[in-house]
Amino acid sequence: MGVEGIGASVKRKEDRRFITGKGRYVDDIKLVGLIHAHFTRSPHAHAKVKGIDSSEAMKMPGVVAVLTGQQIVDDKVGNLICGWAITSKDGSPMKMGAWPAMAPETVRFVGQAVAVVIAETKNQAKDAAEAVVVDYEELEAVPDIRAAIKRGAPQLHPEAPGNVVYDWHIGDEAAVKGAFAKAANVVEMDLTNNRLAPNPMEPRSAIADYDTAEEHYTLYTTSQNPHVARLVLSAFYNIAPEHKLRVIAPDVGGGFGSKIYIYPEEMVALWASKKVGRPVKWTSDRTEAFLTDHHGRDHISKAEMAFDKDNKILGLRVKTHANFGAYMSLFSSAVPTYLYATLLSGQYMIPAIYAEVMGVYTNTTPVDAYRGAGRPEASYLLERMMETAARQLKVDPTELRRKNFITTFPYQTPVIMAYDIGDFGASLDAAMKAIDYAGFAGRKAKAKSEGKLRGIGVSCYIEACGIAPSKAVGSLGAGVGLWESAEVRVNPVGTIEILTGSHSHGQGHETTFAQLISERLGVPISQVQIIHGDTDKVQFGMGTYGSRSLAVGGTAIIKAMEKVEAKAKKIAAHALEASEGDIVIENGEFKVAGTDKSIALPMVALAAYTAHNLPDGMEPGLKETAFYDPTNFTFPAGTYICELEVDAGTGKTSFVNFVAADDFGRLINPMIVEGQVHGGLAQGIGQALLEHAVYDTNGQPVTASFMDYAMPRADDLPSFQLSHTTTLCPGNPLGVKGCGEAGAIGASAAVINAITDAIDNNKLEMPATPNRVWHAIHGKAR
Amino acid sequence: MYETTYHRASSVDEAATMFTKGSESKYLAGGHTLIPVMKQRLASPSDIIDLGRIKELIGIEASGDAVTVKAATTHCDVATSKTVQTAIPALAYLASLIGDPAVRHRGTIGGSLANNDPAADYPAAVLAMGATIKTNKRSIAADDFFEGLFATALEEGEIITAVSFPVPAKAGYAKFPHPASRFALVGVFVAKTKSGEVRVAVTGASQSGVLRVTAVESALQADWSAAALDDVAISDDGLFNDLHGSSDYRAHLIKVMAQRALAG
Repeated sequence: MGVEGIGASVKRKEDRRFITGKGRYVDDIKLVGLIHAHFTRSPHAHAKVKGIDSSEAMKMPGVVAVLTGQQIVDDKVGNLICGWAITSKDGSPMKMGAWPAMAPETVRFVGQAVAVVIAETKNQAKDAAEAVVVDYEELEAVPDIRAAIKRGAPQLHPEAPGNVVYDWHIGDEAAVKGAFAKAANVVEMDLTNNRLAPNPMEPRSAIADYDTAEEHYTLYTTSQNPHVARLVLSAFYNIAPEHKLRVIAPDVGGGFGSKIYIYPEEMVALWASKKVGRPVKWTSDRTEAFLTDHHGRDHISKAEMAFDKDNKILGLRVKTHANFGAYMSLFSSAVPTYLYATLLSGQYMIPAIYAEVMGVYTNTTPVDAYRGAGRPEASYLLERMMETAARQLKVDPTELRRKNFITTFPYQTPVIMAYDIGDFGASLDAAMKAIDYAGFAGRKAKAKSEGKLRGIGVSCYIEACGIAPSKAVGSLGAGVGLWESAEVRVNPVGTIEILTGSHSHGQGHETTFAQLISERLGVPISQVQIIHGDTDKVQFGMGTYGSRSLAVGGTAIIKAMEKVEAKAKKIAAHALEASEGDIVIENGEFKVAGTDKSIALPMVALAAYTAHNLPDGMEPGLKETAFYDPTNFTFPAGTYICELEVDAGTGKTSFVNFVAADDFGRLINPMIVEGQVHGGLAQGIGQALLEHAVYDTNGQPVTASFMDYAMPRADDLPSFQLSHTTTLCPGNPLGVKGCGEAGAIGASAAVINAITDAIDNNKLEMPATPNRVWHAIHGKAR
Repeated sequence: MYETTYHRASSVDEAATMFTKGSESKYLAGGHTLIPVMKQRLASPSDIIDLGRIKELIGIEASGDAVTVKAATTHCDVATSKTVQTAIPALAYLASLIGDPAVRHRGTIGGSLANNDPAADYPAAVLAMGATIKTNKRSIAADDFFEGLFATALEEGEIITAVSFPVPAKAGYAKFPHPASRFALVGVFVAKTKSGEVRVAVTGASQSGVLRVTAVESALQADWSAAALDDVAISDDGLFNDLHGSSDYRAHLIKVMAQRALAG
């Protein structure tokens, strides 16, 4: 490796501007003539909009326009879409209700927009939004899955009878029935996966700027995938054709999935900008973020696992109900199906699996992908099942797992996924060694003698990342291909620009991607610029989610690099009067192997652009583009073990140790990987102990501020001990798998397994707040 | 935030005069409750009278058997005051637990008491130690000051100028923080006066705001020890019952936090 190449923990190039307050976020952007939007939002979870009187609001100072849901429908702006078609087990397509960007007739969750006020200042817009009089007729609301599917429950959408979007299944029901018929032991559990509010540090924001002369829109937005935003806005929402719409996602302060989607506010800003003839800005406040950023998780499941007399797993049966909220968000349908149930084999040989998933509408904020997206729900379910099974079968939980590990690859699971490679035993061993698993019994006994409840919990996770092979996801109902593209430009003076469709919003791409170039060409990373987040600059791209940026986006860069290198070698060979096959690249020099003849990269680049002396027939210039479509998912996997103590007097959990042994394939920048794991673990532990988005029975949010929604703070978290075991991914030339979601996928089960071990009561749901743990200790489950 | 007019007072008298001139005036101390509430448009005072820079309202004095903390003294100044740490270490400790560093550097004792949030820390100390709240008009005994959620004996326009704490023979505070807000889910202050009276106040737990816990007081009056509380039953009548703490959990925490306050 070079000093700044693959494997080097170089400091992040982008951090200088971030930590000196010089990042350029959407809300920092000011345009001439900029005016401000503020939405009038529903205070009710379910109501008819009988009328909107904006006459008083229009008279307020600075008000330019008050626009309503009916107007956006009249102007034929399209309804919001869900981009992945799921087919129910009876063969019927999923049943979706219409979702206009502002509600013309019915509101279905607290916070849904019914009108927007455009005014000269933000405060004027807020003042006037309060003067918009909306006549609501309140309807009965159902915020809860169980209530929503009851006979006679209030119906959200006429298109979805019984509030059911789909009733889907995967696997072999008969084979699972057979497995249970011959089981020596059966383990059963009911599990809840708690609803989370994503809360990226930067709230969502949009500026829409319509150019009347060019009939062209520019949208600055907080997006993880600006090209996808442009595609959807033009192809489905009727805003503008693609060549008349530029989408820019500049610095974005965290996404965690919540900024994948195209939200009503961006659509309204674009539409309003043309209507009022001025650039329109909208920036969410934190309350709006709680109400309208799409939430994550929210499953209830029943799981049953069959074991033979030797404790080998025979089969798994799962029935899950997933809460989609009031509308189907962009990728929501895929999350509890193809991103969840396809991972239910975990790290284990399970000969038969059958899972049923019912997607349900409720009067709550829409639910979609949130860091891990389906895979944390699968991993939590399986790993609590394995720990519970070990306790029921009276065997060590690590031994039960090891006995059932998949050990030969490739391995075809019964639920679509084909694991390419892994070494689950190695990561389990590494984690057990790191935490001194063998010494735990002694530590527990010592803690007991001091009046403390100590527990240990294991979680062996696997995830499918590098999303995704286009043909495969297309066959499963995806509306788009999930390849990535890159352009490598070597400039005439030898500096390099990489244009990538992967968007960086905290992941450190500007450093990691530059390291790929440094490794290949031997140039310092300061000579490499990563350009992303602008549809006018970057050819195309599918964006950042599903731990895909390096495995898919990075590979596209490598593919484009290979083309650049091939051309550069031809130029070098011509200049050095050598055979192309003899040219090797070393430390930024193109050398004739075995001689002292060489030409530096800048001279090759200059030759390419002066074009005074190129090989006959060669085009000038040195830039190449590649589109890369992966052949399979990647499968990061690992083991997390958590050791903690519970204060029996208060139910409070204190960490003693938390170890992570991950297999992410090859690491490009280990320091950045470490940061990604820390962040993921914080979110997984946050879900396990603290975070919960809650509604009352009327659909009013109970946790719409940080006073009630417990975000993890630094002192809620332990110091993590990280390590890596490595099997190189065979599916891409870098051998990488992705690391962004692992922590959030694997951590929660380890924590809950440790607490239930400590208190010797398995009836405990997330988040395991002190209140809940205390009740569990005292046998009063809540 | 709605439009408001900001005034900076340089004396208590000037502040009181300014207050009468606005149609709906509010005093501003540290602002860590008022400003967020205004930003959420849940409060819309016509005039804001800033007390934070009035010199006569800042400082800590020890005289004889009392520690007097002037009203605009920040939590950080109380927490780090050698005078408080020496005379009433439990009070300095309590101040060190309030909010986060930003809150502690802005928030003031007078602001906290005038607001009387049912989960604020200071009311527990003031009530348990039988402190006296001094205002620009009178002195109010702690037992007469707190009147329920966000309600106090203060009259319209009245300004707290100082709080005088009699130095106790023994005192301790234990707080179980709310997982989200870090206010007290339950906070218990135990004190024994120099004349031997035991007073115990709990914050965070009750729908009536800070209150004394007579069951704990009588047990500790007989025996000042954690063991004395083992068999004490705390009623969950009138306690908060919400997402982060059911009423029976809070009742249990009152006992546990009282025991820990004794140890601390």
